Amino acid sequence: MRIELTVNGARRSDEVEPRLLLVHYLRERCGLRAANVGCDTTSCGACTVLVNGRSVKSCTMLAVQAAGQEITTAEGLAAGGEMHPVQEAFRQQHGLQCGFCTPGMVMAATGLLAENPHPTETEVREGLEGNFCRCTGYHNIVRAVLAAAETMSA
Amino acid sequence: MIPAPFEYQAAESARHALDLLARHGDDAKVLAGGHSLLPMMKLRLAVPSVVIDIGRVAELAGIRADGDDLVIGATTCHADVAASGLVRSQTPLLAYAAAQVGDPQIRHRGTIGGSLAHADPAADLPMALVALGGFMEIAGPGGQRTVSADDFFAGFFETSLEPDELLTAVRVPRRPGPDWGYQKFVRRANDWAIVGVAAAGGRIALANMGPVPLRATAAEEALAGGASAADAAALAAEGTEPAEDIHADRAYRQHLARVLTRRALEHQTG
Repeated sequence: MRIELTVNGARRSDEVEPRLLLVHYLRERCGLRAANVGCDTTSCGACTVLVNGRSVKSCTMLAVQAAGQEITTAEGLAAGGEMHPVQEAFRQQHGLQCGFCTPGMVMAATGLLAENPHPTETEVREGLEGNFCRCTGYHNIVRAVLAAAETMSA
Repeated sequence: MIPAPFEYQAAESARHALDLLARHGDDAKVLAGGHSLLPMMKLRLAVPSVVIDIGRVAELAGIRADGDDLVIGATTCHADVAASGLVRSQTPLLAYAAAQVGDPQIRHRGTIGGSLAHADPAADLPMALVALGGFMEIAGPGGQRTVSADDFFAGFFETSLEPDELLTAVRVPRRPGPDWGYQKFVRRANDWAIVGVAAAGGRIALANMGPVPLRATAAEEALAGGASAADAAALAAEGTEPAEDIHADRAYRQHLARVLTRRALEHQTG
């Protein structure tokens, strides 16, 4: 069936099979490969994208459910060649090791800061409980989110 | 993992969803946030031939006060229940329970109605609704009916919903104030309860102590008769036959039920 939606600010219209998962739609049809398929069971958060500004695991959403919605992936965060403050903070604070979880972490963090612009460290840790880093690099990830919060409120 | 092929129908209204259910009945599954149904479809534990999407039906979402009750639309997501000022002030146990479901991303998509209709006995919302003495508002071809949470859960992942019926809203009596407690014993973050206990106003509900969320009736009766929290909690596992699994055997689950009930009756959360 045909769906119309907005992906990273651009209107799209695509013919999709109803069973196509949003993460596969984004990766294979839109060519946006930031969202990774990690666990494929709504646990790891590597596929996190924003739907109407809220973080969502795109392995557990059908592309047809995204009809009429606004989707943002990590590719859509940077504007005019400038990295988004959350992306920049992950780089500055070395908030990544292998990088597989990073797009999901960045999107979950962006969603978290939209809901709570001044989180405490505990709120950051709880806010990212849906994202796993198998390198266990949580320390710098949390530091990056706190740094981004400071930059964004400055 | 990819679901088996299905025909997709987006409902435009509750009435339209009921018409689609009347046409497809047992072959159809209702999709709201999809956070119970889609994982089952990906594992091919559920293979509906028709999926009826109620996720964009505006009349099925939202929270409002109605006299002594709050009425919460079936497709209201957990994050909205947890953040609602009305829910937090009038039924704080429900706001707390909604905030315990999964993780933030799951709470942005998963819905209160979906969680209740899925009827996982280890889940948060079924236990919370039983503890609060809530009701399900159900629409069907013959009109509306209301079923208490005590009667709604019929068995393991089974409810009293007929194939042509739709859970449209949840009705919860206002229970403001601090007389509630909530305990969820888990091994990992984001997990289902190995055992859970919710207590409010003399009612005690147990999660994962049987095929449905159970009332701890012996403990409730002891409380009503003036027993202390500790004495009442000692009776919390009376009559239960919890399943055994990799996490816990029967005796351990019953031990947890007693300990967690005492904590819940002492208004602890955790």
